[in-house]
Amino acid sequence: MTVVNEIRKGFYLDSVALMRISRSIVAMPDIEEAGLMIGTPANKQILREAGVLNAIGEGAAPGDLIIAVRAKTEAAAKACLVEAASLLDAPRRTSAGAAWRPRTLRAAKAQMPDLSVALISVPGAFAAAEALKAIRAGLDVMIFSDNVPVEQEVELKQEARTLGRLVMGPDCGTAIIGGVPLAFANVVPRGDIGIIGASGTGIQEISCLIARAGRGVSHAIGTGGRDLKADVGGITTLMALDLLDADPATNHIVIVSKPPAVEVAKAVLARVAKSAKPFTICFLGGDGKGMPGNAKAAVTLKQAAEVAVGKPLAGESIAPRPKQAGRKGAKVLRGLYSGGTLCAEAQIVLQGHQLAVTSNVPVPGANVLGNLSAVHSLIDLGDDEFTRGRPHPMIEPVVRDAPLIEALADKNVAVILMDIVLGYGGHADPAGHLAKVLASHGVKGGPAIIASVTGTSGDPQGLAGQTAALIAAGVVVCPSNADAAQLAAEIVKS
Amino acid sequence: MSAEARDKDQVANGGNLLSRPVKVVNIGLDRFAKELDEQSVPVVQVEWAPPAGGNAKLAALLAKLGS
Repeated sequence: MTVVNEIRKGFYLDSVALMRISRSIVAMPDIEEAGLMIGTPANKQILREAGVLNAIGEGAAPGDLIIAVRAKTEAAAKACLVEAASLLDAPRRTSAGAAWRPRTLRAAKAQMPDLSVALISVPGAFAAAEALKAIRAGLDVMIFSDNVPVEQEVELKQEARTLGRLVMGPDCGTAIIGGVPLAFANVVPRGDIGIIGASGTGIQEISCLIARAGRGVSHAIGTGGRDLKADVGGITTLMALDLLDADPATNHIVIVSKPPAVEVAKAVLARVAKSAKPFTICFLGGDGKGMPGNAKAAVTLKQAAEVAVGKPLAGESIAPRPKQAGRKGAKVLRGLYSGGTLCAEAQIVLQGHQLAVTSNVPVPGANVLGNLSAVHSLIDLGDDEFTRGRPHPMIEPVVRDAPLIEALADKNVAVILMDIVLGYGGHADPAGHLAKVLASHGVKGGPAIIASVTGTSGDPQGLAGQTAALIAAGVVVCPSNADAAQLAAEIVKS
Repeated sequence: MSAEARDKDQVANGGNLLSRPVKVVNIGLDRFAKELDEQSVPVVQVEWAPPAGGNAKLAALLAKLGS
């Protein structure tokens, strides 16, 4: 066995592209493990744990690319490095129709002077610096990157507020501005409901349910997961409130977030009270108290959509809900989520059924993960611990494969609960991928598999086709995540 | 109006996220630009590399100094 590392100084390729190359070279003969990663401390730790890092890779800086290979023979390792180099040096597909790409924001502005939004998804350590340049150049900003230090977020948002620019994020997965989906977002009709969301999948689920109810979205503004924490003080949420309140196309505003810090909640609700527009407020896991007269609290994402459209969504079923049974003799539920807020919503629904739940992202009242075979556990596979150095499971559904295969084989698991999230930004065929895993690892008499599809007929993947693929693979598809969690709860209680 | 004057004008007139036409500079994941382009949303992809030789602290400082 031999471990070989190579470094490319000052080389950057996004994590999706790197994972694609990693996967291609690891399939070569006599290669045990291989990885291509930017040399951040977190990535080096991952490579170290995988047993592919040697002294050369240890010396890489965060701006360097590490090519790390563990092979049965020296010759195989060398062949692997040659192949990696050729894939890295292959002419890059140009996007946006431009053969030439600017290397800086300044050069990009020279090419398109009336740029309005910077969409930033570079490694977190560098994201705030790029965002600062953008707000100073008069752009609004969406920071998709996570792992941005909170003090940088505060500083950036304070300066942006002074400049009258909006910073969505960091860790902002979803926005829809004037009908344009940015990053992970669904194709929903234009309408009069505005959404402000600290969570990407929360916005996605609500906007899709609004669309299915025949209504539409004016704008959906992401704030980033930390905006309503005390450190940041809700700067973006409050600015987004001002924008949507003044927007003539918006008649109803939905706010979705985890429960904010007490003083931030007060400030947000005080601002809501000043508006003449009606609000739906979904602080997932919160107590719903203290709502001003023009606001209604919603317990789940589904309920938030229902309040916003003014009618129940029941009966909007995609697939009939057959009577389901879980695996015989098994007792626990395993949720394997790609969307963090969908995972939170499921916990709330299960708690509503007096079920004790555990999660790596526990809502109030839930516990942290313990023995997965003994307790109901809902896992957010998009959380930092799973995404360090690799793409989010909504981009790369392979991230869910190992935990899914484990759950299928675990005789204590009665029900597996999952989310399939469609839309721009996401994988081209998440249902097809899942169906393949189920076909090769599903077991006779295994657990009931329940899912919901967050998506619309306008999404690139197509809601109907994705749903049909899941049903054909034996998955029970519910019309919303809340409905899926509800059905799962009924099964484990029966 | 020159590009620079127009930019200044836009900022001075308080054009905001919801009132301006969406024109995107994408700094990072290629696929976001590709998808916007497919929807005919104007987008420029930046060929990004870690600035300041990959030193994040220095990059933050340089951004603050406006370089």
